[in-house]
Amino acid sequence: MAANNFRHALFCAIITLIISYPIIGFNLEAQGISVTLTGADTSTVVLVLLAAVVVFLFQLFRDQIMGGLKSIPSPMPKTQKEPMAENKRAKIESWVLTGIVVLALFWPFFVSRGAVDLATLVLIYVMLALGLNVVVGLAGLLDLGYVAFYAVGAYTFALLSQYAGISFWMALPIGACLAALFGLVLGFPVLRLRGDYLAIVTLGFGEIIRILLNNWTAVTGGPNGIGGIPDPTLFGMEFGRRVREEGNTSFHETFGIAYSGEHKVIFLYLIALVLAVITALIIRRFMRMPVGRAWEALREDEIAARSLGLSRTAVKLSAFTIGAFFAGFAGTVFASKQGFISPESFVFLESAIILAIVVLGGMGSQLGVVLAAVAVTILPELAREFSDYRMLVFGAAMVLMMVWRPQGLMPMRRIHIELRRQE
Amino acid sequence: MLVLEDVHTHYGKIEALHGVSVEVKKGEIVSLIGANGAGKTTLLMTVCGSPQASSGRVILEGRDITNEATSNIMRSGIAIVPEGRRVFPGLTVEENLHMGGFFNTKSEIRKSQDHVYELFPRLKEREHQRAGTMSGGEQQMLAIGRALMSKPRMIILDEPSLGLAPIIIQQIFEIIGQLREEGITVFLVEQNAHQALSLADRGYVLETGRIRLHDTGKNLLANPEVRDAYLGG
Repeated sequence: MAANNFRHALFCAIITLIISYPIIGFNLEAQGISVTLTGADTSTVVLVLLAAVVVFLFQLFRDQIMGGLKSIPSPMPKTQKEPMAENKRAKIESWVLTGIVVLALFWPFFVSRGAVDLATLVLIYVMLALGLNVVVGLAGLLDLGYVAFYAVGAYTFALLSQYAGISFWMALPIGACLAALFGLVLGFPVLRLRGDYLAIVTLGFGEIIRILLNNWTAVTGGPNGIGGIPDPTLFGMEFGRRVREEGNTSFHETFGIAYSGEHKVIFLYLIALVLAVITALIIRRFMRMPVGRAWEALREDEIAARSLGLSRTAVKLSAFTIGAFFAGFAGTVFASKQGFISPESFVFLESAIILAIVVLGGMGSQLGVVLAAVAVTILPELAREFSDYRMLVFGAAMVLMMVWRPQGLMPMRRIHIELRRQE
Repeated sequence: MLVLEDVHTHYGKIEALHGVSVEVKKGEIVSLIGANGAGKTTLLMTVCGSPQASSGRVILEGRDITNEATSNIMRSGIAIVPEGRRVFPGLTVEENLHMGGFFNTKSEIRKSQDHVYELFPRLKEREHQRAGTMSGGEQQMLAIGRALMSKPRMIILDEPSLGLAPIIIQQIFEIIGQLREEGITVFLVEQNAHQALSLADRGYVLETGRIRLHDTGKNLLANPEVRDAYLGG
C-alpha cells in the first residue's frame, strides 16, 4: 500500500515538473526581429520544484489528508436535516425568487456602470443556460454546438438592421424564431443519433455556422464582423446623445434630464432581466406540461418511452427547437449589447462554457443553472487579479466543485418522495 | 385480434424470423415460448414496428400495421410491457403511471390510475416513491400498471418473470389471469415455460426464428418434445 502510494506520488510529481517547467520555466524574448528562448530566473525554477514537492507530499499522504477533510463538517449542514414540507418549501422558494427579481430591478441604479454591464452579460448567459438546460438537462441530448443558435440570433439582428433597418424589438422574435427553425432543420437528420455521436455532429454544426459566418464576407463581413448594431429603443425613444433615426426622440430630452451614458446600460440590463425572467417562466411552464414529462421520460428510458406511443423524433425535436429558440433570444440581446459582433464571439469555447454552467448548476434544475451562470461569469472577473492565471483559478474552482458536489450546485428536485410504512 | 402472416424480420443482413405466422384471438391468453435467441423478442418488436418486418404482414384488429410507425402502433389499443421492466427510474410511481396514459384525458387517467392501484395495492403505498428505488417485483408491477394506463384492448408481456422470486412470479401470473377476466387479450412471451403454458389458452413454440409447435397450452405441457426441451424432462 505504502509502496504503491509512493510510486503514484513520484509519478504525479514528475508529471507536474514536465507540465509546469516548460510553461513557466522558459520565456520567449524578442530581440530585434528574432525571438530567443531564455530560462526564467532561479526563483521561478525553485517555485516549480516546490510545487512538485507539494504534489508529491499530497499524493503520498493523500488518504490521511482526504480522511481529515471528511471529518470537517460539511459546508451545508442542512443537507443532513429532514427536508422541508414540499408546499412550504415551494412557497418560500417563490417568495425568495420574487424578492431576488425585485432587488435585481432596482440594483443597477446604485452600482457602477461596469457592474451593470457585467450583470447584463450574466443575464444573457442565464438565458442561454436555461435554454440549453432544456436540451441537455431535461431531454438528455448532449449538444456541443449550442452556440450556433446563439450566433443565428445575433447575426439575424445584425444583418436585418444593416440591410433592412429593422429595430431591436422587431428582430427579437425574428431572431428567436429563425434560431428555432435552424434547430428544427438540424434536428431532423441528427436526432437519430445518440450520445457521443450526437455530441460530435452538433459540435460540427456549431463549427459550420461559425466558419460560414467567417467566410461569407460579402454578406456577413467575415472576420471583420458587423458593427453599428442599433440599441434598443423604449417606445421610440433612443438612448444615444443624438437621435439616429428620423421620427424617434431621445430619452433624456423627453424626460428633461441630463444625458448620461448609464441610461442605455441600465435599460439594456432591464431588458435582459425581463427576458431572462420570461425565459425561466416559459420553460418552467413547459416542464409542468406533458411535453416536459415526455422529455424526461425519453431521457430516462428511450425504449420504454417509445413503447408508450411517444414519438422519439417529435419529443426530441421539440426540446431542440425550444432550446434553440431561447438561444436566438439571447443572441439578439447580445448583439444589441455589444453593438458589434464577429464570428470570434461564437467559438466552441462558448458552447463549452454554457454546457459547463448547466452541468455545474445541476442538470435540469433552473435555480441551480441560474446560480451557476452567475458564478461562471463572475468568477473569471473576480479572478482578474491573478491575471495570467485566472483561467487556472477558474479551472481549479470547477474541479473542486465537481469533487464536492458532483450533482451540481442545486440538483434538480423532483416531486417529493414520501415513504410510507410498509404493512 | 393480432395476426402475423409469414413474417420475416432482418437485422441488417441477418434474418432473425424466417416466416412466422401467429394468431392471437380476442380474449385469449397466448403464450410464446422458446430458448434464448429463438427470436421471441424480435417477434414482439416486429409487432411494435421496430424493426419492421421485411416481408409478410402484421394485422391488428383487421388493420395492416406492418409499415406503421412505432408511435402510431403503440397508440392504437395495444400496450407492451418491455423486457426487463424499463420503468422510468427517476420518476415517481405516480408519474410513471401518468406517462402510461400520456395520450388520454385527465379524467381517464385518474380512472385508470385507481384501477391500477386496485390491481396492485402495493403501488398505491409507493405512490410518491421513485420507481428506481423499488424492488424488482414492484417494478414489474409498475411496468404492467403503466401499460394498462392507456386502457389497451391487448397487452403484450415480454418475459414478466425475468429475475423475480418464485412467489412474486406467482403473483404476477395471477394478475395476468385477472387481466383476461377483464376482457384484455394477452400475448405472453416467456422462458418460464411451465407457468406460461399452464395459464395460456394456446401456445406457440419458437425455435431459431421458426414456429416449431402450436397447440393448446395443456397439450403443449403434455407434449414430450416440449417437456424435454423446455420443462427439464
